Amino acid sequence: MKKMYLKIEGINKSFTNDQNEKVKVLDNISMEIEKGSFVSIVGPSGCGKSTLLDVIAGLEKADSGFISVSGKKINKPGPDRVVVFQEDGLFPWLTVLDNVMYGLHLKKISKIDAEKKAKEILKMVHLSQYIHSYPHQLSGGMKQRVAIARALVMEPDILLMDEPFSALDEQTKMMLHNELLDIWKETKVTIFFVTHDIREAVKLSEKIVVLATRPGKIKEIITVPAMKDSMMPNSVTLKMERKILTILQTEIDKVWKEEMGDEYSFQTNYIHRSDSNHLGNDI
Amino acid sequence: MTSRLSGLPDFMFPSLTQVFSTLFNGLIDGQITKAIIISFKRILIGFSIAVILGFILGYLIWRFTFVEDTLGFLVTAFQSIPSIVWFPLAIIWFGLNDFAILFIVTIGATWTMTMSATSGFKNVPELYQRVAKTLGSSGFHFIKTVIIPASIPQILSGLRISWAFAWRALMAGELLGAGGGLGQLLENGRALGQMDLVISVMIIIAVIGTMMDRVVFVRLERSVQTKWGINQAT
Ligand SMILES: Nc1ncnc2c1ncn2[C@@H]1O[C@H](COP(=O)(O)OP(=O)(O)OP(=O)(O)O)[C@@H](O)[C@H]1O
Ligand SMILES: [Mg+2]
Repeated sequence: MKKMYLKIEGINKSFTNDQNEKVKVLDNISMEIEKGSFVSIVGPSGCGKSTLLDVIAGLEKADSGFISVSGKKINKPGPDRVVVFQEDGLFPWLTVLDNVMYGLHLKKISKIDAEKKAKEILKMVHLSQYIHSYPHQLSGGMKQRVAIARALVMEPDILLMDEPFSALDEQTKMMLHNELLDIWKETKVTIFFVTHDIREAVKLSEKIVVLATRPGKIKEIITVPAMKDSMMPNSVTLKMERKILTILQTEIDKVWKEEMGDEYSFQTNYIHRSDSNHLGNDI
Repeated sequence: MTSRLSGLPDFMFPSLTQVFSTLFNGLIDGQITKAIIISFKRILIGFSIAVILGFILGYLIWRFTFVEDTLGFLVTAFQSIPSIVWFPLAIIWFGLNDFAILFIVTIGATWTMTMSATSGFKNVPELYQRVAKTLGSSGFHFIKTVIIPASIPQILSGLRISWAFAWRALMAGELLGAGGGLGQLLENGRALGQMDLVISVMIIIAVIGTMMDRVVFVRLERSVQTKWGINQAT
């Protein structure tokens, strides 16, 4: 047995909505994640993916249950679990370099070492030429790379990513996928990756956790064949994608029915917007 | 010039040349210059206190709900009182002296500063706060490196408006009060029937007001906007 590293144990979480009713968002979520693995969470919009990530990050408190990292329970944010959000969240008043060095100032590292480290990481994401630029001078993809650099420079045990690429165009996304896989292999950081893009999940991760919705609970955990180094044959990925989509479809139907009531009459495959493989038409 | 043509008396409408020569001489011989220095000293002290108070009150209102529920409302009420209205009270408390004037200058700027600091802090994007927290920031470091810098644009426009309020309060206070300054010089001009002096001082007041606004505050705002890449509306 491999050693379990990030442990999520019986997490329950409710929010109070506008009508002052308690809405259960996470229902008894438990899972264990190995050190150095790449795990994706997929699920319909609003199923609680971000909430689960926030709980692991320590940004939200669970109603019950606990999170532990190598046996130690966590209860507040910490630089051992850094988050990359959907929007880059770079500080506009700092240069690229200062943004990346932000977290390092809080560690007991000398200024010179911090700068050296930051520059190394920026080189890794191919942004060496832009270290003195301000965020607004960069493209969306570049900004997100800075955000990733800012997280990586902390040398976190766990990198939490909440739809980090969903605001980017397809090309930039593909490029960053490859960059992220390289970084993951190089740093051996444990990655917890939230997405609603099934293809992305299959391409990147070793394990995919499918969440059911209202309340969010684990519906299935799927292991992706370990063929990361060579390009996986198209048929294998397609099969995986289809399998996950089938699992998800019932959940998505549930959401749409709830939200649209009787108006809900058609089914479309809106998960893959730019799909060349006509995936899902036969579902 | 105009007064000559219309035949109005000199002591009511002095000629332009007369005004400019008084203005020039006043700057040279030190009468006006001295008044400017006195006024500036007062506004710098009063304004600085107001800014510090505004930051502290703004922080408390932002940070604690019960302060917001109580003080937040009072600040809005106080802000709607023209600061010169405080003058009678100030005279009773401090006497007719520098303190009374400083008091109304400070009070003229404090509430506006408080309100803009509060809304600046409140409008700091949640995302920046979450990012900073996950990178390990908290407490004073968090305030210093996220909350304050992120609210700079709003605070700058607050500073600008507060300065304008302080400047108005100062002139009113000096006019009614004692101890020199531009406002006092204005009152002297009136008492001595020196309309040329009165108008000279008015010009100085307008020039200083405009310069502070255009040269100092607008420039500061612009440079922040350029650095941050905020679209310039004006
Ligand atoms: N602070 C909050 N207060 C009240 N309700 C909340 C809060 N945060 C999230 N929710 C609710 O919890 C549910 C789950 O939200 P969450 O953001 O975790 O979903 P998600 O799976 O990340 O969705 P998406 O794919 O759209 O990002 C939603 O119904 C949302 O309205
Ligand atoms: Mg989300």
